[in-house]
Amino acid sequence: MIFDFDTMYVVLLALLLSAAVWTVMTSHLLKSAIGLAVTSVVLTLILFLLKASLAGVFELSVCAGLITVVFISAISLTKPVAEAEAREMKMKRLKRFIFLPILLLIAGWLLRNRMIHLTHPVQAAADAATTVQQALWSGRRFDLVGQILIILAGIFGIIVLFKTKDCVDDKEKKQ
Amino acid sequence: MPVLLVLVPLAAVLILNLPLHRIMCRFAFWIGVILCLVQALLVIQLPNAVWNGPCQVAIRLLRVTPAVDNLSLVMFLSIAIVTFVTLLVARYTISDCGKLFNFTNLVILAMAGMNGLVMANDLFSLYVFLEVAAVASFILIAFDREKDAFEGTFKYIVMSAVATAMILSAIGLMMTVTGSMSFNVLSSVMKTDGGNPVILLSAALLLGGLFIKSGLIPFHGWLPDAYSAAPSATSVLLAGIVTKTTGVYALIRVVTMMHLHSHTMQTLILVVATLSIVIAAFAALGQSDFKRMLAYSSISQVGYIILGLGVGTPLALAGAAFHLFNHAIFKTLLFVNAATVEKQSGTRNMDTLGGVSDKMPVTGFTSVIAFLSTAGIPPLSGFWSKLIIIVAAWKAGFHWYAFIAILASLLTLAYFLSMQRRVFFGKLASGLEDLKEGNPWVLIPACMLAAITIGLGLCIPWLFGSFLLPIRSIL
Repeated sequence: MIFDFDTMYVVLLALLLSAAVWTVMTSHLLKSAIGLAVTSVVLTLILFLLKASLAGVFELSVCAGLITVVFISAISLTKPVAEAEAREMKMKRLKRFIFLPILLLIAGWLLRNRMIHLTHPVQAAADAATTVQQALWSGRRFDLVGQILIILAGIFGIIVLFKTKDCVDDKEKKQ
Repeated sequence: MPVLLVLVPLAAVLILNLPLHRIMCRFAFWIGVILCLVQALLVIQLPNAVWNGPCQVAIRLLRVTPAVDNLSLVMFLSIAIVTFVTLLVARYTISDCGKLFNFTNLVILAMAGMNGLVMANDLFSLYVFLEVAAVASFILIAFDREKDAFEGTFKYIVMSAVATAMILSAIGLMMTVTGSMSFNVLSSVMKTDGGNPVILLSAALLLGGLFIKSGLIPFHGWLPDAYSAAPSATSVLLAGIVTKTTGVYALIRVVTMMHLHSHTMQTLILVVATLSIVIAAFAALGQSDFKRMLAYSSISQVGYIILGLGVGTPLALAGAAFHLFNHAIFKTLLFVNAATVEKQSGTRNMDTLGGVSDKMPVTGFTSVIAFLSTAGIPPLSGFWSKLIIIVAAWKAGFHWYAFIAILASLLTLAYFLSMQRRVFFGKLASGLEDLKEGNPWVLIPACMLAAITIGLGLCIPWLFGSFLLPIRSIL
């Protein structure tokens, strides 16, 4: 069997889709977090194959690594629901995805019939930004100001929602 | 010049958080107030050439050419006024110095985000600054760490995440096809290749995302909870300007810059606008929570702005921009009054209130001004902006939409009369004998906003030529 690049893309895209669907459909939080990590790892492989190595590094370190750790830490703080309740929730969840196969079929049909034309996809991206550094510092410097503002807002979020809460808890304990 | 409206608030937050925290804690509020006043004065005083001219500092330092036109100036002024009022209400409702410090910092960050969004000249910058305002808003809603507030924040975050996914997907698709995110490039691509299915899909995703951010029906699930559960000062900011900038202004900018005026897009916008006007007005009629009723009223009024956008003629867009500014003013006033009534009486339930005007005459009077303007009663500002939108819709041949908009105005009058009767008029409710008027921190902005509402209404002959007609240049 000849395993060329096109076949590899198809296999990886199928894996990506399967992992993403599993992430969304599973009712088990931990499995869902792991599914998300697997999705990110497969996406990283695709990005490396597309020669977008910096994007791949970010995807692997932040999405597959950091975010998974944050999710698992948060899940470890939760309690499991009762078995009967879990079964009921699972049925409700499955009903929400009843249209998923239809959407997949429509997307497949559109692609098969070339209804969606991606004119110059990879080349445009490669031409637009030779490196991430250049893209950020030369092209998107104004957006970096926005990023700084978001980080500052996040810091205030932690201060407002967590730090002062500890003070209130301490006061309550003293009382 | 315009980039300073982002850089100066950012610098202010950084300076406020230097190690001299205890000293800065006292000054934070005043620095926030000064920033707002300076922004308002600059918009009023500086000629258009200063705003529109090339700024070497911005080009060299940030490699950006801000897109500032007449509509942007209207937005900068609205942001300055509403943020100023928000800070005064925060001073009235938040007694703890540390909490006020954190609140002020978050409000300044939200202000910087909104200013950045208004001057964005490409789709990705618009998205980045939209998220700045959104993240600051999430925290401001949950600021008091109450259960309802967390619920409201959670709904807002979930719906915002959906909107974000849609907007980012649209940006990705646009980038794939056009290779650029600049409004100028997208504008020319839309003119030549508007029928491309990928571009149509991305335009639909973009509109969907911004409909959610605007809280329009049927994408409004988060809005009543977020507005009513948030602390009073946050409600003022959210209803007054945040939703308008991150949703409505972004929508106007995207639709006009990208020429989304095809028959399908126009029908979609007009239907969503009309549904919002009518359904939200009916929903407002059935509310007993003061702030929740105002939240539904906001959805209905935003529907009028979107109706003007959907009609798409220069006159309709001028009317939409005028109604956007008017709504920022009178809805802020109504939320300031709601904050005062809640703080003084301890409740927002309109069924337990009554006769409040006897004890709080200034709040009662300014509330009447705001509700008459919202309902479109002449000669207040709301009458003129609604009239312009309806006349423009009629002239463009959208007779049914104009007719529905007129009928919905009667509904607006009905739910506001009901609110006024239940809260401010009639016999004083039991338990409110010791009720007192709010202090100057809320009375001054209430009087100021009422004066703007009356003044704009009376100055319409002058405003029409100098303020409204130049807005058509955005087309």
